[in-house]
Amino acid sequence: MTTAALVTDAATVARRNLIKIKRVPDLLVFTTLQPIMFVLLFGYVFGSLAPQDPQGYREFMMAGIFAQTIIFGATITGSGMAEDMQKGVIDRFRTLPMHPGSVLAGRTVSDLMNNVIVLVVMSLTGLVIGWRIREGVLHAAVAFGLMLLFAYAFSWVMAFVGLKVRAPEIVNNAAFIVIFPLTFVANTFVPAENMPAVLKTIAGWNPVSTITHAARENFGNLFALPGRPGQSQAARLSEIEYTWALRHAEIYTLGWIVLLLAIFVPLSTAAYKKAVAR
Amino acid sequence: MEVPLSVVLAKIVCVSEAVRAEGLVKHYKEVKAIDGVSLSVPEGTVLGVLGPNGAGKTTTVRVLTTLIAPDAGRATVAGHDVVKEPDAVRSLIGVSGQYAAVDEYLTGYENLEMIGRLYHLKAAQAKARARELLAEFRLDDAADRPAKTYSGGMRRRLDLAGALVARPPVIFLDEPTTGLDPRSRGDMWEVIAGLVREGTSLLLTTQYLEEADRLADNIVVVDRGLVIAEGTADQLKDQVGGARLAVTVADTARLGEARGLLESIGSGASEVDEHTRTVTVPVSGGTESLLAAVRRLDEHQITVQDIGIRRPTLDDAFLSLTGHKAEETTEDDPAQDREREAQNA
Ligand SMILES: Nc1ncnc2c1ncn2[C@@H]1O[C@H](COP(=O)(O)OP(=O)(O)OP(=O)(O)O)[C@@H](O)[C@H]1O
Ligand SMILES: [Mg+2]
Repeated sequence: MTTAALVTDAATVARRNLIKIKRVPDLLVFTTLQPIMFVLLFGYVFGSLAPQDPQGYREFMMAGIFAQTIIFGATITGSGMAEDMQKGVIDRFRTLPMHPGSVLAGRTVSDLMNNVIVLVVMSLTGLVIGWRIREGVLHAAVAFGLMLLFAYAFSWVMAFVGLKVRAPEIVNNAAFIVIFPLTFVANTFVPAENMPAVLKTIAGWNPVSTITHAARENFGNLFALPGRPGQSQAARLSEIEYTWALRHAEIYTLGWIVLLLAIFVPLSTAAYKKAVAR
Repeated sequence: MEVPLSVVLAKIVCVSEAVRAEGLVKHYKEVKAIDGVSLSVPEGTVLGVLGPNGAGKTTTVRVLTTLIAPDAGRATVAGHDVVKEPDAVRSLIGVSGQYAAVDEYLTGYENLEMIGRLYHLKAAQAKARARELLAEFRLDDAADRPAKTYSGGMRRRLDLAGALVARPPVIFLDEPTTGLDPRSRGDMWEVIAGLVREGTSLLLTTQYLEEADRLADNIVVVDRGLVIAEGTADQLKDQVGGARLAVTVADTARLGEARGLLESIGSGASEVDEHTRTVTVPVSGGTESLLAAVRRLDEHQITVQDIGIRRPTLDDAFLSLTGHKAEETTEDDPAQDREREAQNA
């Protein structure tokens, strides 16, 4: 099977998945309304914890909420694969002369496109409530690109889970139980440097923190929250970047992306080649 | 022009066989789903795989359609090994599994068009073929509705249409008419007859003996993972033996009495179907036993609704081969329970 077959077959599968987003109201809501709701809720509820500067908090929080939402967005790869397994669609695909990688490629790409929509919707909402990109378009592109790459790599993890678990509800519940703490024990919604010791260490090495940190830096939102009175910016920076991972957030995040892809692309592909419903 | 004999033989042996399976084995822990299934579908013919629930029909189809690898044995489709050359096999086959595998969110048209694209038909070709099949399967009215809104029978037909999209030379249908109403079943038989006329080779599984009798050139009977008989419908019927006398009485209460009378005429054990109020008994002398039966029943004033001598049906063959009826489900078979659980999971 040729690479051309991989590309055309993956495009056919991706198109099919995108039709589904259009037809299933739940997904459409998930894709558009939920991100708006999160930005507003977190921005105004948590923002009120910092009464002297709620605007600063909203700017600080945007990178965190971007990271959390696209990681959750990547979980639909898992429930989607599980549903296709359960309904026998994968059985049908596997008897067709398709490129064996095309179903997973199509799925992960369509879920990536879904995440792009999510990011656009959230960014617009963010801009409305006062979030700003302060380091120029290029840096913003790096921030968005890194987040999307991570979400894409995470899609392959979820694809593997979906193929093994085969029940969409279980995939969703399991994903929630793992991802919710993962995205909270991080610098997403509060500065991690103030956390209790154990949490602080976890947060310092959590890739969710490094994605968030890299994005914050590239958006120019790093100092949106005020430091202690009289504290220099250099001192403040070394306080925020309290681990090697945070000091090298982009490289560290890229490392995770490569690692996840290197492990889960082959694992998921092997699982797909053996997948049968029931 | 002289053709060497070996070439002729090679043609007969290899090319003329659409499907060949030798000793296929697939075990799931202690469940022997199939335990040495061998079969062959000569090109352009229909093979009916007949067997009760849990016999291993679906497992056999899954191995032959590259979905699962057998633990042992070998199978080829049009000469290509299903394990070593799955791509070659997939480009030659059309499959409709036991459970309709349609994409619920796509319309019927989109489903078929997508399958066409995945068989690498040209865009225009895939579109035209989709419309054509929707008309052929009487789905044109529902063509542009999501398949989610289809009835069970409509999904089933859409799934079957999916198997025909690329006009593959070898088609596998796992219980193609289960869940179809009589009209759709008749339509399906027409479609299958049409495919056969065009030279398609077909393997279909069924629990309906009538269907196998009507459609299949050859039949293999599987039970508990093994092929227990094979041959044409007539050959299988002949294995069961001679004529039978069948009597349907008007009053259920007299069924037992009728049975006693008929057993004294017949040459073997009788069979009673309370539901249809029918007693069947093997007989040796055709017309004489018929007359004797009429006389005896009349003497005892048992009203007869229907009486006749009939040749054994495939049902009889099935019963005598497997020791149980084709369509009866063994409710307390543990293997069945497992299967149901797996399906509900
Ligand atoms: N994935 C599996 N795991 C465990 N057991 C299985 C699996 N697939 C099939 N079996 C078992 O193998 C046996 C044969 O199953 P199969 O589905 O091939 O039967 P079948 O002839 O198609 O039956 P039916 O007429 O009910 O469709 C059954 O006992 C079934 O429970
Ligand atoms: Mg079956």
